[in-house]
Amino acid sequence: MVELIVFVVGAVVALGGAVAVVVARNPVYSALGLLATLFSLGVFYVVHLAHMVAAVQIIVYAGAVMTLFLFVIMMIGVDRSEDTSETIPRHRIYLAVLAVGLLAVAGAAATGGRFSWVPAAVEGAETPNGTVQALAERLFTDWVLAFEVTALLLTIAAAGAIALAYFRREPVTEGDDR
Amino acid sequence: MDIVDVLLIGLRVVATFALLLVVTILNVWAERKVVADMQNRIGPDRAGPWGILQTVADGLKLFFKESVTPSKVERGVYLAAPFLAVVPAFLIFSVVPWGAPVEVFGRTMPLQVADLNVGLLFILAMSSMAVYAVVLAGWSSGSKYPLLGGVRATAQAISYEAAMGLAMVAVVMYSATTGDGTGTLSLAELVERQAGTFLGFIPRWNIIPQFVAFAIFLVAIVAETNRAPFDLVEAEQELVGGFHTEYSGMRFAMFFLAEYINVFSMSAIAATLFLGGWNGPTWSGILPAWISAILPVFWLLVKTYAIVFVFFWIRATLPRLRYDQLMQLGWKRLIPGALAWLMVSALFIGFRRFGLPWG
Repeated sequence: MVELIVFVVGAVVALGGAVAVVVARNPVYSALGLLATLFSLGVFYVVHLAHMVAAVQIIVYAGAVMTLFLFVIMMIGVDRSEDTSETIPRHRIYLAVLAVGLLAVAGAAATGGRFSWVPAAVEGAETPNGTVQALAERLFTDWVLAFEVTALLLTIAAAGAIALAYFRREPVTEGDDR
Repeated sequence: MDIVDVLLIGLRVVATFALLLVVTILNVWAERKVVADMQNRIGPDRAGPWGILQTVADGLKLFFKESVTPSKVERGVYLAAPFLAVVPAFLIFSVVPWGAPVEVFGRTMPLQVADLNVGLLFILAMSSMAVYAVVLAGWSSGSKYPLLGGVRATAQAISYEAAMGLAMVAVVMYSATTGDGTGTLSLAELVERQAGTFLGFIPRWNIIPQFVAFAIFLVAIVAETNRAPFDLVEAEQELVGGFHTEYSGMRFAMFFLAEYINVFSMSAIAATLFLGGWNGPTWSGILPAWISAILPVFWLLVKTYAIVFVFFWIRATLPRLRYDQLMQLGWKRLIPGALAWLMVSALFIGFRRFGLPWG
């Protein structure tokens, strides 16, 4: 029962946030909606006893929305709303087709009985203590190569972003403060 | 899980809440007194003995003052931001064990709201949520000084959270040298692993092997709580009041409350991670049982207040950093220093467990 209440409240917040991301006129409210959605997902992970995933969800995803706020404040300004004129011709038609297709897939899955209510934290379920240890054991034994390669990939991405943004063709003059 | 368990959980929550409110009232007064003593002033001395009721009087005054809402604010966010500041401040303390487990009604009750096995990650998550309050307050005020304060807060929090997290990693790694050989993120377990002594007389606190991590952590939590000398977020000479310039009355008081709760809970976390938490002599068997049961709470408060005093002390003595100095200290000193220390302690822990590579 408690689980159902948490799910319904969380789902309403998550969906409301997602709608706000698209509908809001002011991009700051879009970022806030995204924050609400990502935070509610964290709540769902807690209900499913995945405490580690929930904490990471909030630190990484909900924390990263902060950067979006900065982008909005720095690039769009405080008192102007986003320019909503469309640059791609007929993009509403393409989007409508995509949305209908997505809804059709979701509807087919729902009517095909692929969705079922999976009770999360049942009494006497596997104790959540040791999630971090179990995760670390898998990560550093069976999947250590994938883990290290992913880390390398992220490092390359960061270095590439700096290289693209910082190094130009023309020589940097003395005292040129970029 | 019967009714007694539920009541005990409720009791723990209420007790933690009350503890935080009481220490905040005392801390505001204590800070004014300590800073006054250091600057050769008298400080508050009118309300109650030694002025100890000064905070209560100030709180009542703020409660009855008008909460002005300026005309240019983004109303919803402006009204919600003070609450967004207070909620994470209370939540952070919920993973801190503030006493040894006690026996109540024939069951063992830990003196902590929740013993999460991802406790340290929870602290990082909540402190990153706390920044939103400052940024949203700054943005929604519709005024340039609060906005600058909010943007400064973001940069500062992102910079110093990295150093704070890296200092925590060293502690987690070191915790693997005791116990069952794996590290732990649970604060209750970290405290238990600091019980006992080195060489029979030095307490087995993490500060002794991890003193560099402690120094980095201490600097990072001062910056994380936006306290002097890192209070550029609300630098009076430059930004009027920073993010809370446009706030008044009870909403301003809530930002103030959140700041002081954060100072206390960050100090308690530092005491838990590095100073052995509630570990200390309880003389059980010599003293009456109830005194032995509450002595751990006393020890944690003593250690926490030692760190809170350092907060007051540096506020009274150090001038505020310039913004570029703040960023240089964070990115060019603390984070590389924390990474180097992480490597050094990883090597030592590895040698201890697996022996020297040439041995």
